This record gives sequence, structure tokens and C-alpha cells, in this order.
Amino acid sequence: MKKGLRLWAVLFWLLIWQLGSMALGSEILLVSPVRVIETLAGMAVQAQFWRSVGFSLIRIFGGFLLGALLGSLLAALSSRFRIIRELFSPLVLTIRTVPVASFIILALIWFSSRNLSILISFLMVLPIIYTGVLTGIGERDRGLMEMASVFHVRRARRFLMIDLPGVYPYFHAACKTALGLSWKSGIAAEVIGMPRGSIGEHMQQAKVYLDTPSLFAWTVVIVLVSLLCERLVLHGMDLGMKTLRRWKG
Amino acid sequence: MKEIRIQALSKAYGGKQVLKGLNLTIPGEKTTAILAPSGFGKTTLLRCLMGLEKPDSGTIEGLDGVRISAVFQEDRLCGGFGAAANLRLCAPELTDAQVKKALEAFSLSGTEDKPVSAFSGGMKRRVALLRALLADYELLILDEPFHGLDEELREKIMEETCRRSRGKTVIMVTHDPYEAERMQAVQTVHLDRLEADAAL
Repeated sequence: MKKGLRLWAVLFWLLIWQLGSMALGSEILLVSPVRVIETLAGMAVQAQFWRSVGFSLIRIFGGFLLGALLGSLLAALSSRFRIIRELFSPLVLTIRTVPVASFIILALIWFSSRNLSILISFLMVLPIIYTGVLTGIGERDRGLMEMASVFHVRRARRFLMIDLPGVYPYFHAACKTALGLSWKSGIAAEVIGMPRGSIGEHMQQAKVYLDTPSLFAWTVVIVLVSLLCERLVLHGMDLGMKTLRRWKG
Repeated sequence: MKEIRIQALSKAYGGKQVLKGLNLTIPGEKTTAILAPSGFGKTTLLRCLMGLEKPDSGTIEGLDGVRISAVFQEDRLCGGFGAAANLRLCAPELTDAQVKKALEAFSLSGTEDKPVSAFSGGMKRRVALLRALLADYELLILDEPFHGLDEELREKIMEETCRRSRGKTVIMVTHDPYEAERMQAVQTVHLDRLEADAAL
């Protein structure tokens, strides 16, 4: 079975959406896709639109990067030292299970809303990356590790040729999940915290003024930016691995 | 390198005794072949010599500080990388010219950059053998090193292996006495007979 989106299927659901909107006859209840595109085109020519996209992108993606970095580092330490694994295990479990809304409200009590989405994105990404990388480290090829120990392979080479390729599929899968979640949780945090100039603030305003076309248009923007981030990050990582595998040692 | 003395070596896995009171002396800078049917602890003995298994009892003397190289029962290559990177993993100082020459000698010309995961079984085995021979070692441990090679190539590779390991201590596990002969083994140990002797 072929993976990915098929154009005909997308067009089919857009048609259903358009027909549904026409049948309801209310732009507030269900705006048509054509109207959403018009609204989006109108927004895209304003500088404020791009400033808002940049505001949310920097914070949410920044939170993802921090979470990925710290999650990987913690996983590496946890695999090496049992005490660190035991120490962080309850913390990671807590972050995984506590509803994101609880974190958002608590963070709003403690800090200002301006950088709220960094923290929320970071908190959602950290346990996913941590668990993925820790599993990957545990699943590395035992035979290759034994071989490296017999030959006394240098640490850097062992990392590049055995550890990194072994962990990579797990890190890749974790990043894919975490990227989508960072955008969902980050935008949710912005909608609740309404930091000035963020995408979330515009969505909250759209709700207050029952501006459904804007709400849909911002949603489309989030989906597109999230997909773009995912493609760039995952493609970049794959390219990095390909380059590494071309290494002659 | 001096001789290796194995005394009263025993190892069991999950209640099954694999090695039982094994006594064996392996001469230094010569080749010793170890023959036995499956299940007589050939690979376990090699794993103990490589330090990958701790014996339940007994001692191995003469291995302190010895640089070991090995061909495992499985090829244990880094699949996504080319033959050159796999060779340099264990012999980082090799120049491009040395890698090229070594690959040619093992009928692997032009495979420097090709991922070894795409190689045939015989090609992978040759890379694993070459990796072991090019590493800096005093003791070479070979576990069925010529397994999976076709007849014609096997002769050539046995000759190359014998030539390149001359003057080193070699311990080779095989099921084929002919391979022991071709590797100029000065001692052939039938592990199953030793086990039987030990049991008496």
C-alpha cells in the first residue's frame, strides 16, 4: 500500500467540506474552503501575519529543539548510570501523564505568557525523545558492541558507526511524533495564555468575534508550518545519516 | 607472544554444562585449530578467550595486555557503511592505497564505498576476515572464518589469511580438518575428545 497523501483523496474531502458549508449556509458554523483561502490570502499580505507566524515558530520550534537535546542527553546518561534512570523515571512519567492544560495553567501562574509555548512544547517533547532514545540505546546491536570491545575501537568511531546508526531509527520516530505534538500543545498554550502577537492570540480573538474564516485560516497556517518543520527536520536528519554512511572512516 | 594456558575451565548456560574442566595449552606465534561437532563449547571457549564471557571456574593465563583481533561466527559488520569504513573501524591508520590493495587481494575491488549490507554472504565474510587481519593484533581468533566462501575463493582466501597471520598466535575454530591443514596449524585440538577425557 502506498503511503502519504493522494491528491484525489484531498480533493474529495475538500469537496465534501464545500458541499457541507453550502448546505448549512452559515459562515459562522462552517466556513467554505474557498472563503478560507480568500481570508488566508488577505492575511498573508500583512506584515503582522508573518510576525505572528515567526513569533510562534521560534518559540514552539525552540521548545522542540531544547526538548530533543535535553531528552537525548538525559537518555544517554540514564543508559549509563542506573541512579539517573531511577531518578528521572518518576519525573518523565509525571510529564507524560499530567494533562497539558494543567501545565499551561500552572505555568501561567508562575511565569508570564510571553514564552509559555517554549516551556509547554519543551515539556511535551522531552519524555517522547527521552523514551525513544533510551529504547534505541538499549536496542543497539550487541554483536557490534562486543566486536568493538574486542578490537578496542576508539570511542568516537564507535559512536559514529555503531551507536548513532543503532539509535537513529528510534530518535527519528520520536522526533516525528514529538514535532506534531509540540505544535498542538504549543498553540493550545498560546490560545489559553494569549501572548501578544502570537498565532494563539489571533485564534482566541477569532473565537471572541466569531470570526470562523480567520480561525480556519490560522488553523491551515499551523498545519502548513507544522508539516514544513517536520519535513525539514526529518529530511535534514536523513541527509545527515546518508552523509555519515558515505564516510570512508 | 607467549603461550596461553587454560586450566580447569568450566562454563554452563542455564544449567547446561558447555565446558567442563578444560585444560589446554596454546603455543604462541603458531596456529592452533580447534575442531568439534556443534555443542561442545567451541564458541564459548573463544568468547572466554576474548573476555566476552566470564568462566564459572578455571583460569586462562597469558592474555594480559594482549591485543586481540577476531572473526566472529557472525560477520558483525556495520551494514550501512562501505567496506573501507568497516576496515578503518579497527585499523584507523590505513591509507586509501592500503585499503585498495587489501580489498583487491580479497577480490573485493571497488567496494570501498558500497554499503556492506548490500554484499553477498561471501563478500561480507571476506570483509570481516580482512578487518581482523588488518587490525593491530598479537592474537587472532577465528570462528569458522571461511564459512560461506565458494570453493575457488576459499583457497585464495585461506592462503592470504595464512600468509598475513604468519608469526602471530592464531586460534581457529573449524569443522573442516582441511582448513586446519591449509592454515598450517601446529596443533589440532578435538574439543569433543578432550571433553570426553576430562569426564573420565
